[in-house]
Amino acid sequence: MSTASIKVGNKADVHYLLRVADACLILSQRLGEWCGHGPILEEDLALSNMALDLVGQARGLLTRAGQLDGQGHDEDQLAFLRDERQYFNPVLMELPNSASGNSQPGDFALTQLRNFAVATWLQLLWHELQSSSDAEVAAIAAKAVKEARYHQQHAADWVVRLGDGTDESAARMRAALALLWPYFNELFADDAVSAAAAAQGLGPQWSTLQPQWQAQMNEILAEAGLSLPKPSAYVPSGRLGIHSEHMGHLLAEMQYLQRAYPGGKW
Amino acid sequence: MNPQPSSSACGRLEAAWEVLRQIPDPEVPVISLWELGIVRDLRETAGGLEVVLTPTYSGCPATELIQDDVRAALARFGTVEVILQRAPAWTTDWISEAGREKLRAYGIAPPGRVLDSGAQPIRLVHRASLSKLACPRCGSANTEKLSAFGSTACKALYRCLACREPFEYFKPI
Repeated sequence: MSTASIKVGNKADVHYLLRVADACLILSQRLGEWCGHGPILEEDLALSNMALDLVGQARGLLTRAGQLDGQGHDEDQLAFLRDERQYFNPVLMELPNSASGNSQPGDFALTQLRNFAVATWLQLLWHELQSSSDAEVAAIAAKAVKEARYHQQHAADWVVRLGDGTDESAARMRAALALLWPYFNELFADDAVSAAAAAQGLGPQWSTLQPQWQAQMNEILAEAGLSLPKPSAYVPSGRLGIHSEHMGHLLAEMQYLQRAYPGGKW
Repeated sequence: MNPQPSSSACGRLEAAWEVLRQIPDPEVPVISLWELGIVRDLRETAGGLEVVLTPTYSGCPATELIQDDVRAALARFGTVEVILQRAPAWTTDWISEAGREKLRAYGIAPPGRVLDSGAQPIRLVHRASLSKLACPRCGSANTEKLSAFGSTACKALYRCLACREPFEYFKPI
């Protein structure tokens, strides 16, 4: 493997799969930052375990996207050798673990709220992808949907516990909700890529997942005593490769080893 | 769900099945890969054997180790190719009865049956409520969950309030 950056082609199916793969990969990287820094041992384990599940899901989809792209790129090359504008995850995934931009210490409330929102979205998405026209994607989804459900359950528990907890935990949860709220819009923004994927039966249009996602969010936020912020018109464009200022820093750490030691293996 | 070797299989294939059934799981060595229900098929190829396995969790770090173990154990039969087949997805329902008993004897509460694979509502359970899971050591149902995640992707951590021993629970998936 050389250190030269790689690019994927313009096929809609490849981009559609990379949007999901990169969402899993980048959130996994963020959750991995908690390893050794969790507030309690049990949650340190939980965040690392969820990061592992997510990176496993990403690996399957990256491999499949590489095959469909037809340039001979494997999961490792796609994970580590693309440049920032070639990653297609929603911006939500790359946001630091705290509003201050610091990963350590991360903000546990923000982390759990994002985990809940993303697991709810992924659980609905994987459920639909089980009937994908692509047999490999359907197989990945059948496995992943069970993992996402467990993640959702765990995060929901924390959102309620913190939102309906002490003054401090509730204030942190309110702040996290205010910060993350505008970024949720991107999960459901359709475009030509999702239209093409839906037309060929690869996966659903993003917007079709919104009603159920909103209903499940509303249920848990109500249980947590958190009121919904006003709708935001902001739609980030991470799925088009246009990221926040945080993405480059994240990639610098994530890609360091493969860039410094090309093709390095355990 | 586990496949059986066909009756027409030659002695070599049967001998290979015999070896394959004995390979332990690297993270829970008390049960075999066969009892765990991840062995799908074993076929003869021109140069050796082809083994089909179903991975457990998407990110299970033992997956590569399991492939290496299978290759090493079957090396005397020639070139061994391990194929990971995701569909249908592995479920803990495929853990054999014998495997469940071995888990329990080892101190790991075996998974309950996965009843429904469809969408399930989010269940919020009060933390102080009892888990109803039987302690694998003393059998008491007076147990509580300590951690939803454990030492490996497939387990959660519990404790028995009767015998005071902590124990692991193989999560149903």
